[in-house]
Amino acid sequence: MRIVVSLVCIVTLCGCQREERQLRLDPPTAAALDGIALMPNKIGGAPPQIYFALDRPYETNAYNLSQGKRLYTWFGCKGCHGDGQGGIGPSFLDGWWYYGPETVSIFASIRDGRPHGMPAFRDKMTSEQIWQLAGYVQTIGAYSAKTAAPSRNDDKQTRPAENRAPAAILFNEGPTPVHPDQGPQP
Amino acid sequence: MTDTIAHAQILDTELERPRLTGQLAETWKTESGLWGALSTVDHKIIGRRYITTAFVFLLLGGVLAILMRLQLAGPEQRLIGPDRYNQIFTIHGANMMFLFAVPVMEAMGVYLVPLMVGTRNIAFPRLNAFSYWMFLAGGLVLWISFALDMGPDVGWFAYVPLSGPQYAPGKRADIWAQMITFTEVAALAVAVEIVVTVFKQRAPGMSLDRIPLFVWAMLVTSFVVIMAMPAIMVASTSLILDRLVGTHFFNPAEGGDVLLWQHLFWFFGHPEVYIIFIPAVGMVSTLVATFSRRPVYGYLALVVALIGTGILAFGLWVHHMFTTGLPRLGESFFTAPSMAIAIPSGVQIFCWIATLWEGRPVFKTPLLFVIGFIVTFVIGGLTGVMVASVPFDTQVHDTYFVVAHFHYVLIGGAVFPLLGAVYYWFPKFTGRMMSERLGRWAFGLIFIGFHATFFPMHILGLEGMPRRVYTYQPDLPWHGLNLFASASAVVLAAGFLVFFIDVVMSARSGNLAGDNPWDAPTLEWATSSPPPAYNFAHMPVVSGAHPLWEQPGALNVADGLHTDRREVLVTAITTAAPQARESSPQNSIWPLLTAIATSIMLIWSIFSPWAVVWGSIPIAITLIGWFWPKGTPEDEA
Amino acid sequence: MTRRIRTALSSVPLLLLGGCSNWQSALDARGASAISLKHLIVLIVAVCSVIWALVMIAMIHALWRRREAWRAPLDLRAPRERRIGWIVSICVGLTAVIIAGFTVASFFTTRNISVAGQDDLTIRIGGLQWWWSVEYLGPDPARGFVSANEIHIPTGRNVRLLLQGDDVIHSFWVPSLAGKQDLIPGRINEITIRADRPGTYRGQCAEFCGLQHAHMGFLVTADTPEEFAKWAEAQRATAASTTDDEEIAAGRDTFMRKPCAGCHSIRGTQATGTSGPDLTHVGSRAFIAAGLLPTSRGALAAWISDPQTLKPGNNMPLVPLSPDELRAVSAYLASLK
Repeated sequence: MRIVVSLVCIVTLCGCQREERQLRLDPPTAAALDGIALMPNKIGGAPPQIYFALDRPYETNAYNLSQGKRLYTWFGCKGCHGDGQGGIGPSFLDGWWYYGPETVSIFASIRDGRPHGMPAFRDKMTSEQIWQLAGYVQTIGAYSAKTAAPSRNDDKQTRPAENRAPAAILFNEGPTPVHPDQGPQP
Repeated sequence: MTDTIAHAQILDTELERPRLTGQLAETWKTESGLWGALSTVDHKIIGRRYITTAFVFLLLGGVLAILMRLQLAGPEQRLIGPDRYNQIFTIHGANMMFLFAVPVMEAMGVYLVPLMVGTRNIAFPRLNAFSYWMFLAGGLVLWISFALDMGPDVGWFAYVPLSGPQYAPGKRADIWAQMITFTEVAALAVAVEIVVTVFKQRAPGMSLDRIPLFVWAMLVTSFVVIMAMPAIMVASTSLILDRLVGTHFFNPAEGGDVLLWQHLFWFFGHPEVYIIFIPAVGMVSTLVATFSRRPVYGYLALVVALIGTGILAFGLWVHHMFTTGLPRLGESFFTAPSMAIAIPSGVQIFCWIATLWEGRPVFKTPLLFVIGFIVTFVIGGLTGVMVASVPFDTQVHDTYFVVAHFHYVLIGGAVFPLLGAVYYWFPKFTGRMMSERLGRWAFGLIFIGFHATFFPMHILGLEGMPRRVYTYQPDLPWHGLNLFASASAVVLAAGFLVFFIDVVMSARSGNLAGDNPWDAPTLEWATSSPPPAYNFAHMPVVSGAHPLWEQPGALNVADGLHTDRREVLVTAITTAAPQARESSPQNSIWPLLTAIATSIMLIWSIFSPWAVVWGSIPIAITLIGWFWPKGTPEDEA
Repeated sequence: MTRRIRTALSSVPLLLLGGCSNWQSALDARGASAISLKHLIVLIVAVCSVIWALVMIAMIHALWRRREAWRAPLDLRAPRERRIGWIVSICVGLTAVIIAGFTVASFFTTRNISVAGQDDLTIRIGGLQWWWSVEYLGPDPARGFVSANEIHIPTGRNVRLLLQGDDVIHSFWVPSLAGKQDLIPGRINEITIRADRPGTYRGQCAEFCGLQHAHMGFLVTADTPEEFAKWAEAQRATAASTTDDEEIAAGRDTFMRKPCAGCHSIRGTQATGTSGPDLTHVGSRAFIAAGLLPTSRGALAAWISDPQTLKPGNNMPLVPLSPDELRAVSAYLASLK
């Protein structure tokens, strides 16, 4: 009986966190989420404490990830990155994360921009939106699909959906050893 | 019965009455204790369990309804946010349709049909046990997910693309779709059992024109279930495939079609309403006969009306789609059957009124519910005619008018008869009578509360209030009626509370009923209340549609069945002439294990398509266990 | 004149807050098709009420009529049963006749209301979560323009609406003008509306479309043809680019600097976002946020400062603004007449 109860509790915790829909983020929380600490080379870093206090909502929560997917279309990411295959901008599917695969680096790339063409979205999106988008971008290139990852769009299909781990399929050899500058292994 | 019988001394012809019943009780018994409860295949135990569980879901769904009425009592209330509200109305709808209305009707059939046709157990009793466990698992999936804030939030109809991969993140819509699968498997299993029980296990002499109307109704319902449910299984499976593995059934950009969903869903969804309503017709026909003290008027007309309803039910799904922009001619074409279904309903109503007219009504609680049913259902039927008209429907579709309409049809048309039926058959379920005094209170509160809650919604709909809104703005003139409806909902809830209190109190300390407290004519009243595990000590033989009125005192009986093994009598489909003895399986734990294995596979398949592959292995193992010969006497036949 | 309209328009919501108007009601029919629908509704409801009353009388009489002495349940009199058979058959026959009549009546009503000429004004309505995009299409594409959540139509003229769901299924419904029609992704539906007298009618999404289905309203304003032409001309214009008002200038500057411009368009400025409603003439519309609040500086400020409390789950983020910026932006938006 105790086992059943504790199992239910565990399921509850997992379930709540993944499916909860935080529709309104308190402005102080949103402001605090902006306070990331980046390494001097702008690669890798640490999200603010509150990010962990909220239990990494932008990587594990299905609603946030799907909002991120909307933002990906709405803010023209497709113009340079395609559906993740890249174009003018780098691909997300090929296992190369120029600035590391951590969400915080992706957040920094979107917010502050990067050399060679990545514009800063600081003034175009709120920090909550940037977090959502960053979390989503990470799922495009993930090697193992998250349960919370979005599924296909009602569009022409150009690659497997995020919940089918498109990067793993397109990159069967596994990640090539990354350059030391490129941060930790995906 | 010419085959050689090895143990002639244990044929029932050879035994004195006390020894016979003792022997039968031993053969058909359900062990006491947990193991017995989990492994029983007795249709009465499973039927009671099914009915009780369904009423628990009714209670839970009712709580959600009250929450919604609280939220809508005033404009722009912030009691419940949109996210929770969407889950609440989705689960209210899905729960009431899939976990209450359909199962409770089928469960009444599971309990009553074998008794009414005079047999000892339902056909495929282990499948019956499996069906209950699947139903229970489906209900748990839905309600646990709701408790975890991951309840479905896409409406009980789950229209794509809102429920599709792009607009319904997370697993909420998958839980809805898989809950459907659970309940459909359960419903299909019961439908098959009832069809076979009615066709092959009727008491000798119960030819087609002597079948009680409730049994006819369950037979028609079961056929409707068998034909309608596959459509929704296809639909919900396609939805899960779209969402999980990225197929394109409903993706217009890749050649799919959004409206395909609606066609599939309503091809099931409209017959679903009749799956709920047709058994209620059977119940009303039964109650009207007993409480008018005469046979129901127009037996043949009522049977034809039942079958006609069952057939027409498949011809009017498009009236749920009159605003989707289908070709005008096609829409008009579907107006005709939608209207035409009023004819069999009319036949039924007129026959019942004729029965009451010609009979001598006895105003007991069940009859009160029948009267409430006629008052309410005629309104629901007439508003149904209204929404069958394409132009009329364009104004009221998806408004509170439709909410009012289908609550009139489902509560007025199905729940009122069901409550009447519970008052009527409660003695047969428990051996005790329900309280007449509380029954009248329950009826009065429910009847008044119901009309006061739902009648204003017709007006709200015409005044422009759409369905499925979590709130409305103060500048719209809907506040007064909404507040009134919310207040009345409290009366309605109080009525149900009285009913539940009556059930619980009567089950513990009601007056003892005796075999046939209402002097009713059908076979279930020919045995004790509640019936023994073997239902009938001797197989009854009938020579008319009202055996207990035709042969007051003692029924003719047939014998020649084994008493040391579970055996039922198989008879011919039309004439019900005895054909063979068929063994009926013993209790088994395997249906439960199979249900657990199936549940694991279905829930797992929400998360990974590989569940279908790996999850089928335990199912195969449990099925092998289920069918493996156990060396019991029943294996011989 | 314009000023009068403006006053009239801004008093509309005030009147409604008084709570006496039925401006979204199938029973308060003002458009041509809504009027024929109302006739049909009244007809069917009246006939059905009579039927119900007759059935009730029959039932009550059946229950409480005087009866002869007790008989055994199976003691039935054949001639009497036959007579009842006739009565029941006649009732069933009448049912069939009545529903056949209803079917024919609906058929003719449908024929009456589905008319649209080729040269009629055409408007493309897009349903999005949870607002309406409105695009006036003309014979001359250059004369087309875009708006949101508010449709103006000229009186006395059939207006053809092309309905297209851009994300999920929505349903376009202005009960006072016409019945509803769904907006379905992958299809284009059509509906014709016509108002013969000037007036403002409210509509609302009628197909469940997610979190904010409840707040997806819009207005249809019927103007005289002259007023309409004037209004269309004003809408075609880009937003005024110069202003003497310092606060408005500051507001415009903030709007362009902040994320606002990422989602919204204001024609004539560098704001060209398309995921939110077009705001070129937002100040001229009676309501903001898809029928949520009557347009005013205060309402705009309230909306911008906390959209997720007023309309939880909608796609407008909470953009952090200082009080001065908020004041300026709402002044700027209110000035976009």
